[in-house]
Order: sequence, then structure tokens, then C-alpha cells
Amino acid sequence: MNKIVLGEPLNRVDGRLKVTGGAKYSGEYKQPGLTYGVLVPATITSGTVTAMDTRAAERAPGVVAVITVFNAPAVPGFQKDAVKPVRGLKLFNDNKVYFNGQPIALVIAETFERATYAAKLVTATYAETPFETSFEKNFDKGVVPNNGQYKDYVRGLADAYKNAPVIVEEDYKLPSEMHNPMELHVTIAAWVGDDEVHVYTKSQGVMGSQRSVANAFGLATEKVHIHSRFVGGAFGSSLRTWPHEIAAVQAAKLVKRPVKLTLTREQMFTSVGYRPLTIQKIGLGATLDGKLVGITHESHSQTAVYEEFTENAVAVSRFLYASANANTRYRVVPLNVGVPCPMRGPGEATGAFALESALDELSYKLGMDPIALRLANYAETDPERNLPWSSKYVKECYALGASRIGWDQRLAHPGSLRDGEWLVGYGMGCGAFGAHRSATTVRIRLSADGRVVLWSATSDIGPGTGTAMTVIAANILGLPADKISFELGDSGFPTAPTQGGSQTVSSVGSAVHDVCVALRGRLYELSGLPVDSTTDIDYVRVLKEHGLPELELSGESKPDAEAQKYSSYSFSAHFAKVAVHPLTGQVRVRQLIAVVDAGKVISHKTASSQMIGGAVGGIGMVLTEEAVIDDRFGKYINGNLADYHVPVNADIPDIEAIFIDKPDPYINPIGTKGVGEISLIGVAAAVANAVYNACGKRIRELPITPDKLI
Amino acid sequence: MNPFTYVRATETSGAIRALGRDSHFLAGGTNLIDLMKMGIVTPEKLVDITHLPLKHISRTPTGLSIGALCTNSEVADHPLVLKHYPLLSMAFNAGASPQLRNMATVGGNMMQRTRCPYFFDTALPCNKRVPGSGCGALQGYNRMHAIFGASDQCIAVNPSDMSIALTALEATVHIQGARGGRILPFADFHRLPGDTPEKDNVLEPGELITSLTLPLPAFPDHVHYLKIRDRTSYAFALVSVAAALQLDGGNVRAVRLVMGGVAHKPWRLEAAEDFLRGKPATVENFRQAAYLAMQGAKAYAYNQFKLTLAPNAIVQALKTASGVTA
Ligand SMILES: Cc1cc2nc3c(=O)[nH]c(=O)nc-3n(C[C@H](O)[C@H](O)[C@H](O)COP(=O)(O)OP(=O)(O)OC[C@H]3O[C@@H](n4cnc5c(N)ncnc54)[C@H](O)[C@@H]3O)c2cc1C
Repeated sequence: MNKIVLGEPLNRVDGRLKVTGGAKYSGEYKQPGLTYGVLVPATITSGTVTAMDTRAAERAPGVVAVITVFNAPAVPGFQKDAVKPVRGLKLFNDNKVYFNGQPIALVIAETFERATYAAKLVTATYAETPFETSFEKNFDKGVVPNNGQYKDYVRGLADAYKNAPVIVEEDYKLPSEMHNPMELHVTIAAWVGDDEVHVYTKSQGVMGSQRSVANAFGLATEKVHIHSRFVGGAFGSSLRTWPHEIAAVQAAKLVKRPVKLTLTREQMFTSVGYRPLTIQKIGLGATLDGKLVGITHESHSQTAVYEEFTENAVAVSRFLYASANANTRYRVVPLNVGVPCPMRGPGEATGAFALESALDELSYKLGMDPIALRLANYAETDPERNLPWSSKYVKECYALGASRIGWDQRLAHPGSLRDGEWLVGYGMGCGAFGAHRSATTVRIRLSADGRVVLWSATSDIGPGTGTAMTVIAANILGLPADKISFELGDSGFPTAPTQGGSQTVSSVGSAVHDVCVALRGRLYELSGLPVDSTTDIDYVRVLKEHGLPELELSGESKPDAEAQKYSSYSFSAHFAKVAVHPLTGQVRVRQLIAVVDAGKVISHKTASSQMIGGAVGGIGMVLTEEAVIDDRFGKYINGNLADYHVPVNADIPDIEAIFIDKPDPYINPIGTKGVGEISLIGVAAAVANAVYNACGKRIRELPITPDKLI
Repeated sequence: MNPFTYVRATETSGAIRALGRDSHFLAGGTNLIDLMKMGIVTPEKLVDITHLPLKHISRTPTGLSIGALCTNSEVADHPLVLKHYPLLSMAFNAGASPQLRNMATVGGNMMQRTRCPYFFDTALPCNKRVPGSGCGALQGYNRMHAIFGASDQCIAVNPSDMSIALTALEATVHIQGARGGRILPFADFHRLPGDTPEKDNVLEPGELITSLTLPLPAFPDHVHYLKIRDRTSYAFALVSVAAALQLDGGNVRAVRLVMGGVAHKPWRLEAAEDFLRGKPATVENFRQAAYLAMQGAKAYAYNQFKLTLAPNAIVQALKTASGVTA
């Protein structure tokens, strides 16, 4: 057998389960006596519910209970004196309505259909108050966030760009973008007695969900069991515990039966976050030879009146390029909308669209190649934190991407390259995302039959966590992949961070690495060999010889102090070739190349898939996706997948991911930096810049639909 | 969804008889079931017509007859259609998704309701859904809406791609009612909103569409269905154009031009056709035709772009259909 190497393009370990229906998602856990909950949305956008008539619903066949803002049983964590109060919207706790579609009642019935029908029979009377959903109209009401983490940043002089010989000063607008994972958000709650509950839910972090539910209901943490083995996509929408999840647990407690609560697609537009509508102003100033004199980046983002959401939309301008002067300002505009939440590449994806578009604009003003411009301002160290990079191979990314896409075919003058009736253009855009690592514990067991199982309370929202962990374990233990299984998605497993911020492989992978090294060491010790011996040993025999039925170890792995001396980021450079039809405004992305400096690649196939998936998300961001509110009603009017356009296959060209694949020497023992976010960050700018190169139209307001190009 | 009863009809007269007040024929269900789930249509009874013997595609002395219960994909992929009426195949294949086309029927496609967001949401005003409640789109987000033939009561568009091609091909609709049958030119089937936008078409309650006939093939080549939309597939038209030409040397001998996504019904461009007939097929003439076609167009706050996109699409469709690029 060939030893599995780090980077092995292993097939997804759960691929067969997924494509044969064997993978069990949260909504599929059959519970005896299961009931179904359907939420009733408010039909006003701001005000109070003054009365509700639930009689017809209660009389409807199969209805078990109707919970409303007037009769809901108290949730301990909602109370003012709660030790650990629940964050955000407290469903049914009072009669206030902050946004259109906010749930004001929950109908529980014997079947989903009966609950759906009865939910339509619930009526409410309201006292309406004026509301604001228009971002443009309320732009001037933008405020510095309350959380204290978004003070204005100034390095050198503020607004220094204004005095430079060459200036770009433009506004860039991104509409609200919904995560829209394929799997709907669903929660099944089943109590065991009064002090213990099982919750099957779509979660990116089972331990976070466990804490939230325990805090809400005043339960001992270990009495809350979160199960989320398979997640059908999340993109950030399951990073936190949402009000409807608490409601499901609350309802199950009331009716003393398990409750399954599934959001509709329309409800997902208001209930589980989104990438907020943002208007950014970028000011770039440069010398005639393309040296940046100043970068100014201001952002206004939408948030909710009842909870503040912030994300680092302006951060990218502080560290991506060397500029003695840089300043950023970040404001939020509270509106009567559901609260946003992180969405793939949170903050950076938004910021990178603006910054990387503005740099492209600057390159044309300077008459300079966009890559040359970036090289002229290459940050050899992190200018924001004044630290060396732990690793950075962005120059290599530029070179590889340029050669792969055929950058030398690009004509600097927009509108000059044709293919029949179509105008063809090339563009590039870069991304970066902090490389993080959190403390993680992994348990491992070697059984007498030679099989190895590892456990950790991490999640898998699709990237292939189990596959990557299998590669690491197989590599260290020298075992074939099919002897190893990795169990995740259960709060009963050893502590792991939430799957977000591209840190899973770095955190959990390091813990897998360490615990496998420890297990291997133990086995060599037992065999009387030095741990660094390269002699193969038969693990099964070692167990047998020592009369051990199995060997189990557990180990925590966490970042060390050395890593703090460096600034760690993953980087990506995206290259796009697009065709634009000059008469009809149609855009076809013909080719996308993503070149990635994400440290060591552990699992090549799933890492590539991550990059491709992120690029698809980027194409959606730049070309098709936009959630629209009619401000007269304060309501989304395209809250479905027919009218909210995620990209379809026909929108997606060949996408290729190229990895630099050089281990980061400091961040962790396996040298990985993470790919989840950088797969998307920079894609929108690459495509928008290519559109400009193709046809000479600079679109600063996404998405780039045909109407904007004719 | 309201409680309703369900009956399955096996013969045409039975289906018509079974249809009572507040009842609907159920064909592929791809539109009707959605509307029921949203509470937009609340029938007491569904009469399933999918077992009626109206699934033929056959040659007749005067052309081709297509049963109303043929699925969109059956028609689109049929050899006779592909060979003699390629425009129709193109239009079908530009609509919806393969899965939907496998379910959706020809009759259902003709009857599909508008995709106007105000029609689709019972919380918002819509004269088409609730006459007298007002038009949400008029002052609202009217990006997808009409530029021709609208009224202050309704500015919705008909979303069917198939119907655009059928109008261009001058198809005929065969209708059966309790008191007998009638035959209508396809172009007269859908109507403009006027003061009664709740009526999409002229079908009377209790009437069943049984088949369509196409005249003898006249446009086997030089046809194009161009659909401009917000993503490359699986989206409704911003504007679409069905162009069919007969070319005689470099001259236009016959021409049909119909636009979709611009009106409450398929919008035939007669002035443009009249202008082109007998003239050389040149881009300059295509432009002039497009200019004439746009006379009388009126846009709203969010669909101003259609005033440019529509004529551009006409020119492009004619270019592709004719192969003329200069
Ligand atoms: C997501 C989505 C995207 C779509 N995209 C497109 C698109 O891009 N282009 C496009 O053209 N269409 C599109 N469609 C619409 C699709 O074409 C229609 O839903 C379909 O054609 C309806 O046919 P059906 O047989 O399913 O009709 P049903 O839903 O069964 O019926 C629709 C209506 O027609 C009536 N009816 C059906 N048959 C008859 C008959 N023989 N006589 C009298 N009345 C009848 C029914 O009573 C009902 O009122 C899309 C639909 C969806 C859901």
C-alpha cells in the first residue's frame, strides 16, 4: 500500500452516503409522537401586536397548540435577570414587531400540512408605527457601531489620497445577499423529562448551539444534546442559534412531544441572516508610477434596529497593500429588517469587491497593468499590525494565474478584443482572510480489528471535514483511509470550534495530527521502538501482545505563542475571462482561475471543490444575486428561488483551483491556512474588472445584470 | 392551502362536466399547485385532466396538431417540431427547467399566471388577484413589467415563452365547452389588462383547451428565439424575441416578429414586420424595424432599460435568424 500523503485527492469519505440518500440530515430524525411547528409571520413592519385570534386555528383538525406573543411560556434566558441572557430577538417574549415577517405565533399540529393550514387561520391586530427599510434614504443615519470594535482607523494621514497626482474616488454598492443553502433551516427538539433535551438542528457549531439552548432554558450544558451530523449547506447562516430554534425547544416543552420546525424558503429571507446591503466609498491616490499614496475606505452597512450586526468590510484596505497612509471608517444603518449575519467571506468579500475594483480603475488611469500595479504596492510585511507575514506567496499567485488564463492576450484598451459578436475581457481580483486556529480536542480509539475512530464536536457544512481529517490521520498512522472514520456534529464529542472563519482544518486538523502522533508514539513505545523510527509496525499485533482490547487517547491542541509573532492570512488571486454581448448586455464568464496561497493543502480534491464552490458564490454575488425589499411595505418581494437568482449551471464556466501548496511554518503543525472564505473573496471584482476590460462599462453596483450593460 | 376535493377525469366531456364553481383543471400542476400553496388560488375542487386522451402530436392536411396535454418537453423534442417548427422548440427550451418542462403541459403553459411579485404575495395589493385592491407594481418594483399595452390597473406581463413562438407561428387554439367547441387564433387567446386584469385570456369558465394546430410549415429555417434574462438559464425573460424570416436572396419575403416580457400578452410587432417585408435583410433595416416596433412603448421607474434592451434584442434576434451581420 502506498502511504497516504498530505494533499491526497481522496474521494469524499461520506460522498456515497450523500448521493445515495444515506446521509441523515437534521430534519430526518424520526421521533415517536413527532409534531410539526409552522411559524406565523407578522404582516406589518414595525409596531405592536394588539390582539390575536387563534380560535379558528385551534379548532382546525390536528392542531395541538398555538403559541403566540400573548400566551408563550416564559423562556428563562429571555428574562431581564437571566444569568446568560439570550442574544438578539426573543421570539414571542413580547408583542413588539421590528420587521416584516417576524414570527408572532407558532402553530403545532400532527402533520406539517395541518400546521401550515392552521397557521394561515391565525389573525392579528396591530398598532403600526412608522418604519424604515430604505437604506439609501437612511444612509445619513449611519452610526459607529456600539460594540466598540469599529473605531475609525488611521495610519499616517487620513484621506491622503486626495492630494495624490492620480486619484480614484468611487462608490460601490452591494445589495443584500441571502445564503440560500439548499437545505432549509430545520430543528427537531425532543425533551427527556424536564431537564434534558435533544436538538437535531442545522448547525455550524454544535457546542455553540448547546450553550445557547442551555442558557435559554437554564439547563446544565451536558443535558443539552445537539446533533447535526450532516448539513446541506449553510455559508454562515448556521453560525448562531436563531430564534426559531429556541422556539422549537420551547414548543416541545409546552406540548410535551417532539417538535419539528422547518422554515419556508421565504422565511429564510428574514430569519437566518444574510450579507447586508453595503455602500462603500474608496479613495485611492497614487504617484504617476503607481505607488499608493493613500487608501481611504468607508463603508455603510445595513443592520437591524433590534440587534447590531457588524463585519469587517473595511479591514482589507488596511493590510492588503503597502501604503503609508490608510484610513477606514465603518458605519451601520439600523433598519426595520431581520438581522444580518456572516456570509462566506464575511466583510472581506464585501470590502474586496470595492478595493479590488478601485485598484482596477486606478490601473486604467495610470495606464498600468493591474498586476504590475499590485506588485508596485506589494506589502512585504503586514502594514496594519506591523508584523511579518507567517507566509505569503501572492507574487507566485499572480504569476501562475496570469499564465494559466492567458493574461498576455488581454488588451489594455477596453472593448478591443472580440470573438464574433461578443466582446472579451480579462480581469483579476485578490482576496485575503485571516488564518485562525482555536483550541480543539480530539479523541481517538484504535480497536483490536485495526480500525481507528476519531471524534470531535466540529461540523461539516459541506467542505469535507471528515475527508480532510481522514487524510491527516491516515498519513500519520500509515493506515489506509478505509480503516479510519471521523465522527463529528455532536455536542457529546470533544470540544471543537464552530465551523466558520476557515479555521476547521487548522484547528481540528492540528488536533487530529497531534492525537495521531501521540497514538503512534504510544504504539511505538509499546513495541520498544523509538517514536521517530521509520520501521512499520503492526498495530493490531502490538495491541494483542500487550493484551489490550483497544487503545484510546484524547488530546487538546491549541495555538502556541510563537504564532502570535506573525500575521497570518490566506490569500487568493482570481482571474476571470468574460464575454459581454454589446447589444443585449448578456455576460458569460468563460473561465475562472483561482490561485490560492492557503498553506499546505491537506485534501486536494475537497479543497478544490471548496474553491469552486466559493467561485460559484462569487459569480452569484457579481452577476445574479439581489434581495429586494419594497420599501412601501418593508417586505422582500423576491423571497423565493425563482425570483432570487442563485447562479445555475449554465452560468458557471470551467473553474480551476491552483494551489501554491507551501506549508505555513508557524500557524500550526500541519501548515494549513484555510480556503473556505478566500474561495469567494475577490471573485466579484475579478469578474467586474473583466467586464470593464471587455466592454468599457464600469459597474459599481452589483449584480451586473444585462440592463446595466446596454 | 385550502382543503379541496380531487377527481380524475378520463374523457373530455366528463372533465368539463366535473368542473364546477371554484374548481380548476389540474394538468402538470407546476403553476397551479404553487399558486394554491401561496393562497393565491383557493379551489374547492381539482379536476385532474392528465389522463385525458389529448396527448397527440400529429400531422394534419393543414399542418400539425398538438394535444393540450402534451408536455413541454415532448413537443420541444418531437422530430416534426424540430424539423418544421424549430422556433417552437427553441422557445420551449428557453423556458423553466428540464424538470418543469417534463411536467408542464401545453394547455397549462398557455394558462400560466403572471410572475409579478405583487400578484404572488397575498399581503400586497394586486388588481389581478383581488380586483380593486390596487396595482402594487405601478409605483413599486416594476423591473420585470410591461412597456406595451398596460393599464393603470395592471402592468404585469405574461411569462410564457411558448406563447411567443406560437403567436409568431400563427397557431390556432381549439377549445371545448359544455355547449360545444370553438376555434381561436392564438393571438386572440390572451388579452390586455384594461379594467379587468383578473382575466388573463378569453377562456370562459368551464372551457377546456383541447389542442393547438400549427399551419403548414413556413419557417423551417432563419428563425431565432432570443431570451434575455438575469441568469443564463431558469429565469423569466426581461425581454424575449421570436423572429422568423423567409429570405429570398438578400431580401425579406416573409417575416414574423413577436416579443415577450413586454406586455400582458405576446406582443406582435406588426409595424416592424410591415417595414421589413420586401426589403433587403440588412442590419440597418433591422434597426429601423426595431425603432418602429418601439413606437408607443411606455416604461416605469424600474424598467426604463427595456426601452433600449427591447429594440437591441429585436435587432439581435433578426441578425441571428438571418445570419446577416452587416
Ligand atoms: C420556477 C419556475 C420557472 C419557470 N420558468 C418559466 C419560463 O422561463 N418560461 C415559461 O414559459 N414558463 C416558465 N415556468 C412556467 C411553466 O411553464 C408553467 O408552470 C407550466 O407551463 C404550466 O403547465 P402545467 O401543465 O403544469 O399547468 P398547471 O399548473 O397544471 O395549470 C395551470 C393553469 O392552467 C389551467 N389548465 C391547464 N391545462 C388546461 C387546459 N387544457 N384547459 C384549460 N385550462 C387548463 C389550470 O386549471 C391552471 O389554472 C416556470 C415555472 C416555475 C415553477
